[in-house]
Amino acid sequence: MERIEFQLNGQTMKLEVEGDRKLLWVLRSDLNLPGTKYACGKGLCGACTVLIDEEALRSCQVPMREIAGKKVVTIEGLAKGERLHPLQKAFLEQNAFQCGFCTPGMILSAYSLLKRNSYPSEAEVLQAMDGNLCRCGAHPRIVKAIQTAAREMKEKKG
Amino acid sequence: MSSLDRRQFLKAMGGGLFVFFSAETLTEAQYRQSPSRASLPSSDFNAYLQVKEDGRVACFTGKVELGQGIITSLAQMLAEELDLPLDSVDMVMGDTDLCPYDAGTFGSRTTKYFGPQLREAAAQARAILLELAATRLNVPQAFLTISHGIIHDSRNPEKRVAYADLVKGTRIERKAEVKAEPKPPSSFKVSGRPAGRTDGLPKVTGQARFAGDIRLPDMLYARILRPPAHGATLKKVDTSAAEKIQGLKIIRNGNLLAVLHPLPDQAEMGLALIKAQFATLSPAVNENSIFSHLLKVAPEGSVISQEGSLEKGEKSSSRKFDESYFQHYVAHAPMETHTAMAHVEGKKATVWASTQTPFGVKEAVAQALSIPSEGVRVITPFVGGGFGGKTWNQQAVEAALLSHRAGKPVQVSWTREEEFFYDAFMPAAVVKIRSGLDSQGRITFWDYRVYFAGERGAATFYDIPSHRAAVHGSLWGGAGAHPFNTGAWRAPGTNTNTFARESHMDLMASAAKADPLAFRLAHLKNSRMRRVLEEVARSFGWRDFPRKPGRGKGIACVDYLGTYVAVAAEVEVDPQKGDVQVRRLVCAQDMGQVINPEGARMQIEGCLMMGLGYALSEEVHFRGGEIQDKNFDTYRIPRFSWMPKIETVLIENQDLPPQGGGEPAITSMGAVLANAVYDATRARLFELPMTPERIQKAMARAPHKKA
Repeated sequence: MERIEFQLNGQTMKLEVEGDRKLLWVLRSDLNLPGTKYACGKGLCGACTVLIDEEALRSCQVPMREIAGKKVVTIEGLAKGERLHPLQKAFLEQNAFQCGFCTPGMILSAYSLLKRNSYPSEAEVLQAMDGNLCRCGAHPRIVKAIQTAAREMKEKKG
Repeated sequence: MSSLDRRQFLKAMGGGLFVFFSAETLTEAQYRQSPSRASLPSSDFNAYLQVKEDGRVACFTGKVELGQGIITSLAQMLAEELDLPLDSVDMVMGDTDLCPYDAGTFGSRTTKYFGPQLREAAAQARAILLELAATRLNVPQAFLTISHGIIHDSRNPEKRVAYADLVKGTRIERKAEVKAEPKPPSSFKVSGRPAGRTDGLPKVTGQARFAGDIRLPDMLYARILRPPAHGATLKKVDTSAAEKIQGLKIIRNGNLLAVLHPLPDQAEMGLALIKAQFATLSPAVNENSIFSHLLKVAPEGSVISQEGSLEKGEKSSSRKFDESYFQHYVAHAPMETHTAMAHVEGKKATVWASTQTPFGVKEAVAQALSIPSEGVRVITPFVGGGFGGKTWNQQAVEAALLSHRAGKPVQVSWTREEEFFYDAFMPAAVVKIRSGLDSQGRITFWDYRVYFAGERGAATFYDIPSHRAAVHGSLWGGAGAHPFNTGAWRAPGTNTNTFARESHMDLMASAAKADPLAFRLAHLKNSRMRRVLEEVARSFGWRDFPRKPGRGKGIACVDYLGTYVAVAAEVEVDPQKGDVQVRRLVCAQDMGQVINPEGARMQIEGCLMMGLGYALSEEVHFRGGEIQDKNFDTYRIPRFSWMPKIETVLIENQDLPPQGGGEPAITSMGAVLANAVYDATRARLFELPMTPERIQKAMARAPHKKA
């Protein structure tokens, strides 16, 4: 057991856990935050994506010991209270999901993309999101939602 | 179901107005044509709606939301008939205690068969409410109008009464009778207009609960020991190393050996420590030998459609064609794997399952536990994709058995590897077509045989004087056909049949030196089919498509259970690698009345994106019962980088009842891309998926093969 301290959705967490346990399972079971999804367990699909210091990473591949001292944001922590993040709003407005299972990972991967590139072209979105799988085929709407959110975020910053 | 059963539902429901209705007579058993599943409860209703005492309206149905959007489109129908805003309607879906028996959610059936009945039941509720209001307000019904759930005197809007006030403190029960006329489409205000999904907010905030997200006090996560191949048997097992993990429990129940732990990853670790030896069968077939195997074991065919005389047709032919088309196994691969949580207490069980058939789960769990099915409640949370694959509920039975033995709630959530292993794949199949052309370039005969894909989509809709379609074996396989389960995969049978028919049409068009669109139109009288073809050609720019090296265009069309679809594609083929990049897809669809145009477009886009997979890359690799694809590294599903420009055209046809739209558009994808690849390379592909290797091989053959 190790004592691991990190920020989770803006709050300080102190956990006694095995350092090699993967973040995905600690989030889903120990911390009861099931918005982060299991779908492949091998870092091949992006459903378990979370933000670690603003970077989108596959939580099924991240050992707990690596997040010590870092800031973790899951889909549950993206909205500010009732106020949705522009990406969440855009996904809603564009109906950028069907079954919704890959959606948390999509939104957080897109968040990280927009951090690196505040106004990506369609080709850049396609490339950046290529590791996130969606079986329902919501891709065209996800791309539109990401570009819509980018526009809104840019306008806000002015 | 008797009125006694009806009362059982009502006990828990409070007051208000209830209308019970029946939407389907086809059971899942009939659908599967499997005699062992024939003993399903019969019912005189399988859904009901309630106008609640607070004025809200709820629909209780065993149908489930898999991502296809019926949680929104059914609510729209209800809101329309009852003149309510969409957000005053609640959909209660897939809870076997609250909802009457329903066979399941599959086959694009919900909007087509359930929708009209729901609408009639709602129209009846509306009529009853008007009756009540007439008495209450002492105003003749003819003067009453409704808006936003309030009925008022059109001459004096002050005279008004809300639904809530009409039903408060009452309990009115009616069985739907075909008496009340639903509104004509021309008067629709909610239905037929684009609506955002009502399940959106929970899905973008991570609050949507799927079966694997259910948490109960004291619950255990189970991981189950699996054989390396179908048909393998456990010879020896050593669990001693696993047993050393603190808190770990091992349960053996017949062939089921499971490791349970309060933490899912600890259960996983425990399973990895189990040493097991299996005896496997020597593999009889693999993906290379499967087609000759299937042709060898195929049963006699049954003719499903026939006209004219093939013999006569053959005699009048100046050219004859004889080709075979091949389809490999394809996985459903929903993002959410089969998952269930079961809590068994004595003769009672509650099961949360990711399923397309909640009542199938109920029966299966009752049977496995040998308890009366009345004791089993199945709750269906959001389902993370189904596509036909979640009509099998093995995971729910496993969870129930383990919960029973553990005396605690147990979650079984399949790993991706288990999901591939136990999937009931789209069957590998063969289609053989013999046909002919006369000297005028008209089709003389069409002799069609399909082996193991299933009959849906096998009959031709082209005008051909002599034709016959024969079906050998069903899509469920049967003894000796497949080394593992096969089953319904989005638009069962029709993907394979459409690939064969529409490829063969193109091949003959090319032989007749005719344009593929003109050739089809020359053999089509059906005005709906002609219209989707013309629309798609216009939107795509078929007739003035600019020719560029490496690029090609293709077209294909289909009649899927009354929905007409035409798709045109532009592809680019890498001449060295054989890679296909689909640049553009245009789809025109006539699905009759469109309830939610936005939802319909989403389904079409989803169909086209998903269809890229079985057309270009998706194929299950296996050696006998051993499934070699275990994850998304070797089994490639469509990705963002594959995304073409997609345009959808919805044909106005509001006077035809809705025909369903969850599946039709996927069925053309194999053919439309094969035809476009041919146009680009002159290489004809007869086998799906069209992997780069197969395209390279076909291109190498192409110069020698006269098209």
